[in-house]
Amino acid sequence: MKNAVRCSVNGTPCAFTAPPMARLLDVLREEVSLTGTKEGCGEGECGACTVIMDGRIVNSCLVPALQAEGASITTIEGIAKGEVLHAVQTAFVTHGGAQCGMCTPGMVIAAVDLLERIPSPDEAQIREGLAGNICRCTGYTKIFDAVREAARLLASAA
Amino acid sequence: MRGDAHAHALVAPADLNGALALLADKSGYRVLAGGTDMMVAFERGLLKESRLVSIWHLAELRGIRVDGPHLVMGALTTYTDLIESPLVVENAPTLAAAARDTAAVAIRNRGTVGGNIANASPAADLPPALLVHDCEVELRSSSGARWVDYAGFHTGYKTTVMRPDELIARVRVPLSSEPLRHFYRKVGTRKAQAISKVCIAATVRPGGVARVAFGSVAPTVVRARGVERELETVLAKGPLTPEAVARIVGMGVTEATPIDDIRSTADYRARVTRNVLRECLMSFTA
Repeated sequence: MKNAVRCSVNGTPCAFTAPPMARLLDVLREEVSLTGTKEGCGEGECGACTVIMDGRIVNSCLVPALQAEGASITTIEGIAKGEVLHAVQTAFVTHGGAQCGMCTPGMVIAAVDLLERIPSPDEAQIREGLAGNICRCTGYTKIFDAVREAARLLASAA
Repeated sequence: MRGDAHAHALVAPADLNGALALLADKSGYRVLAGGTDMMVAFERGLLKESRLVSIWHLAELRGIRVDGPHLVMGALTTYTDLIESPLVVENAPTLAAAARDTAAVAIRNRGTVGGNIANASPAADLPPALLVHDCEVELRSSSGARWVDYAGFHTGYKTTVMRPDELIARVRVPLSSEPLRHFYRKVGTRKAQAISKVCIAATVRPGGVARVAFGSVAPTVVRARGVERELETVLAKGPLTPEAVARIVGMGVTEATPIDDIRSTADYRARVTRNVLRECLMSFTA
């Protein structure tokens, strides 16, 4: 059983055919060829597969393809504007917020979502906003530094 | 073992009646909402049902509104919706508190109140809060609708009063005319993304009606009715004192029958049950 699913990915109309229970994560990587979204745990614990669906972050490993019908999806590939990095990406680079890179796409998406909801988050709000994203390299300090810097960059650009 | 997407049919009916018709046709359809539990089972190869009906897109099952003496929430109300709703924060504060302590943002955006109830885990985060707000659950089928008292919803470990042709459409709690005193505390391995080892929720209404409920200490979420009766008796005579708290805690929670499992031990849970009950009751002495 396969279904035709129509949605929008990074602002571009997108149609794919997949079993309705195929995971959105697999569809994005294998049908849409956007491999920036990573699979870590496959059960919603680690956040490596985080994407934005209809304005809210979700674990794409837990979304059946059929539920993406009509949805507007943003992946890590849609965060930069062409060659211009998002402030969160710039701050992750300058603060060394990435090491192996496995968690980085999900971490960046969660940080972008956090700063859209809470433009000047305090320490507790940063920790809560990124609590669903696990990093095994950095110890989080440089990631939290990057998010604070991104908040400053966005505030000064506004 | 990984889940095989080809082994499960998933359909998305145009409206609620379409979903109810599928559930009524006796071919074994099970409801899939936000998928935060069932997709984990699927990925592990443990999802038994081969026929699934997606309800995530059904607007009829969304929305939080006041209806007469009740605050009514659609079954697809997410944890994020609960946190962001001033109506929930005002009228069902432990429900908002429970939602804030559940998982992390991405899961809170997809997990639903109906799913948390239907999944029937004794360790679920919302049920203790639902119990202390005297929640009722609306079960809909193609042959009708009925409201059931949530206190009688769970009949045993992972068993409920729901029939196979029913789905949870809405939940409701009484509006509170005055602010409730309330308490919610979840004990897990970390603050986020944890499944609780022990969870407690409690409310005291103006007039002294008390509700105390526990998660993760019995085959179902449970009301601590002995504690409630003692607390109400004390409150009828005057303010709650530390001495009365010590006496009530000392009586124990007869409904708590904790076990050893992957997340904790019976011994730890029994001790923490007493400790969080003391913390809870002490918060009502101030």
